[in-house]
Amino acid sequence: MSSDNKKVLFGPVIDNNPIALQVLGVCSALAVTSSMANALVMTIAVMFVTAFSNLFISLIRNQIPSSVRIIVQMAIIASLVIVVDQVLKAFSYQLSKELSVFIGLIITNCIVMGRAEAFAMKEKPGISFLDGIGNGLGYGFVLMVVAFFRELFGFGEIFGIEVFKLVQNDGWYQGNGLLVLPFSSFFIIGFTIWAIRQWKPEQVEED
Amino acid sequence: MEHYLSIFVKTIFIENMALSFFLGMCTFLAVSKKVSTAIGLGVAVVVVLGLAVPANQIIYQAILAPGALDSIMGITDPKESIDLSFLSFITFIGVIAALVQILEMILDKYFPALYQALGIFLPLITVNCAIFGAVSFMVAKNLTFGESVVYGIGSGVGWMLAIVLMAGLREKMKYSDVPAGLKGLGITFITAGLMAFGFLSFGGISL
Repeated sequence: MSSDNKKVLFGPVIDNNPIALQVLGVCSALAVTSSMANALVMTIAVMFVTAFSNLFISLIRNQIPSSVRIIVQMAIIASLVIVVDQVLKAFSYQLSKELSVFIGLIITNCIVMGRAEAFAMKEKPGISFLDGIGNGLGYGFVLMVVAFFRELFGFGEIFGIEVFKLVQNDGWYQGNGLLVLPFSSFFIIGFTIWAIRQWKPEQVEED
Repeated sequence: MEHYLSIFVKTIFIENMALSFFLGMCTFLAVSKKVSTAIGLGVAVVVVLGLAVPANQIIYQAILAPGALDSIMGITDPKESIDLSFLSFITFIGVIAALVQILEMILDKYFPALYQALGIFLPLITVNCAIFGAVSFMVAKNLTFGESVVYGIGSGVGWMLAIVLMAGLREKMKYSDVPAGLKGLGITFITAGLMAFGFLSFGGISL
């Protein structure tokens, strides 16, 4: 794999993270991170939609008139999200109930639109596809970090497997009630950003 | 009347779009640097939500809902009942995009001053997940037409309240000594988390 492809694929994980640096796709990062399983499904769904919407938009980028490009992009993205939604409903109904409106909200997830507009409209299909996967990975990275802390310290579990035995089940660990509530992910993302920026000082914002 | 009033208060405070459901977060975090721009964007969101939720309510109940088309098509056998609800995502996003476009043209023609003031925010509203989220919740809650008008305006006002408060805090925060790594996005996340914590206390109100 050439270094260019590598950069496109793994750059968004830390160096150009969609959530921590580009401020894209934050909504779902907050609401679906109560368990790692939910976060993983959401990551896969977003990665699928971003990668394929990038691919298809890039394929027809020279045919799209710029005045209606938003509508064309929306139509492609919405169709892909419908596919994801129907597949989830068919094979994992319980999960699709838990994620409720957030699967539909992938349509308005700014990562998908942002990458389509900023990358796929200019670049070749192959590299656009990789860019979609890369940004999905970056999104997934933040989601998994948040879900890890919330599930481990809130419920004492990882992927539903008991790690700390809770007091309720005659164990020793008292679950952290704050981390069970959705807004705790604000704090975790905030501190994750802090950690990334300590490590990569060039991302620090000037005021 | 009381029923509508309670929906209104509930959508503003208890089920606040930004701070309880974390919708419209991308713009909430990115465009909350100044109070004046936050107010402009907030007004635009209230108008679009007030129009988009009822418009989509009509379309959903008249065409897309399971069995809605049966009487027009003359279908009596429940087995052949038409269910177009899988098309709802693409329809909703199309209606929202069209509404924003129409609103933009009307404002440009009749209220040029307001159009200039809103500028780039108006087209951005199409991809604001608060709009799409409110429409999805409208379907999930099965609201009537009257309720959907109140719900749309109420959730818009709630979102506006949140972003204006956030902008006010950030304007003051410019003078604080924030650690370099937390500057900008990091501290904004943590502030939003604390605000969401505060809004949680409205949850105790029963209407």
